[in-house]
Amino acid sequence: MGKRVAKEVSIAVADAVAQCRVDVISAYPITPMTHIVEHLAELVNNGELDAEYIAVESEHAAMSACIGAAAAGARTFTSTAAQGLMFMYELLFIASGFRLPIVMVVVNRALSAPISIWNDHGDVMTMRDAGWIQTFAENGQEAVDLLYHAYRVAEKTMIPVAVNLDGFIVSHVVEPVELLDQEQVDKYLPPLKMKYKLDPKKPITMGAIGVPEIYTEVKKAQDEALKASYRVILQAWKDFEKITGKRYQPIETYWMEDAEVALVLMGSLSETAMNAVDKLRDQGKKVGLIRIRLWRPFPLQEFIKAIGKVKALCVFDRAMSYGSTGGPVGIEVRSALYQSNKRPKVLNLIGALGGRDVTVEDFEEIFDRTYSFIKAKPRFTYEIYGAKE
Amino acid sequence: MIEIRLHGRGGQGGVTSAELIAIAAITQGKYAQAFPSFGPERRGAPVQAFARISDTRIRTREKIYHPDVILVLDASLPKIVRVTAGLKENGIAILNSSHSEQEVREMLGGYKGKLALVDATKIALEVLGVPITNTTMLGAFIKATGLVDPKYMEEALKERFGRLADKNIKALYRAIEETKIYE
Repeated sequence: MGKRVAKEVSIAVADAVAQCRVDVISAYPITPMTHIVEHLAELVNNGELDAEYIAVESEHAAMSACIGAAAAGARTFTSTAAQGLMFMYELLFIASGFRLPIVMVVVNRALSAPISIWNDHGDVMTMRDAGWIQTFAENGQEAVDLLYHAYRVAEKTMIPVAVNLDGFIVSHVVEPVELLDQEQVDKYLPPLKMKYKLDPKKPITMGAIGVPEIYTEVKKAQDEALKASYRVILQAWKDFEKITGKRYQPIETYWMEDAEVALVLMGSLSETAMNAVDKLRDQGKKVGLIRIRLWRPFPLQEFIKAIGKVKALCVFDRAMSYGSTGGPVGIEVRSALYQSNKRPKVLNLIGALGGRDVTVEDFEEIFDRTYSFIKAKPRFTYEIYGAKE
Repeated sequence: MIEIRLHGRGGQGGVTSAELIAIAAITQGKYAQAFPSFGPERRGAPVQAFARISDTRIRTREKIYHPDVILVLDASLPKIVRVTAGLKENGIAILNSSHSEQEVREMLGGYKGKLALVDATKIALEVLGVPITNTTMLGAFIKATGLVDPKYMEEALKERFGRLADKNIKALYRAIEETKIYE
């Protein structure tokens, strides 16, 4: 294993990208940009990374450049956040439709208006249905480990992967991180070999028209490929475990064995929430935590298994789905439970929006509310948590 | 776990100080975290930065509301910002000041807790030639708390400042010598 170092998470992620020996990086520095692409530009400029850095005029062009490069067989990387992801939107579906193994780090931030630069999951939830594999990191170490994993998975499945990490509260934090040794990375990520790529010696067409006679079949094939990627994702984590001894799974559980109520989260707030679980467990309360690491493809069976015997779940969403029946994760969870014979009550809160802090105390209160929700009438609704009246 | 809040003005290197504290602590084998206050910050405006140091893994992403230590880089700040807000009863306030203990306590609104003072602006001007006190105040932090071994801070400064490190290390050690602690 590599050395344990103190690094700003963004810098550590950029170093890991460089270790993956990317051929092409294309990005646009949305304000405030993280140091991820800035540091990569530096590495390329200093001759420390042998890659093409394509400076573009927008995120739309950044993803276009990645698509072109990946179609020609290059290992590509980009990173963006918030409005930048919105500007890239059209191309996200083309990347997945072309079946290109692009890896992108999305530093999760709120969407305007009103203008916000702070953390929530509003940006990435808009690409929920874009056909990308999507993972969520809890901390800097996991962001780095998921990055290595992303290339392994993308190149074995030919599906683009988005690694999500929370803006500021992860991206801008200096904390201890262990990078792999270069030899370990090289072993984990052999050079990219694409069966179909743009090659003047062997011409093919990418992006042809899909007439009504074939469009449905192509979409079905794409969906089946995304579902089938699940097995590859698990295998890639197993292979990662062989190298590092670290075990990653689609769903992470904390104190769930005998839990009566549980909190469901994605991203780094689970670290804060674990402190609340510890405190309440000390008081004898049977609370637990479920963290969804793999969001797409959604790990349905693992999720159902993870909820054990809970009587009530609180799904804590970090994005709006205006006028719907819940937050994006809440809707997913309720839908998953509908066909299951396990049917705990589901309290769906939407909070920590646009950088609003959620403390250990807040999570203690949320657990209390979830307890009282056990006896509540089932309500198919959601609530914005922490809004001032 | 020890929680530290740094007060400075935009451009004075408060975020760098917080990072250096975390880097030194991590290199020393401890667990640590450092983060800025995530606002749209402007040069000269009052800003904050944060750090946590612990012997066990730090598992929290919440802001720091009740620090154990406050470190004030800019001597004029206590007049406009209540720097001791939320400071724990047994916590310590470490300030850059040329004033006497009594004067500072008054400036802090009758503060009765543990206090550490150093004239960091004077040291910075003499050693670095500029009134940038962030590395000098790291010396005061080390003297007042003993949370970081100076030799790891030296390493962190070398890594961060390259050829400018020597002067900053000198300022660091002068502050370690000159910081006075009042119970």
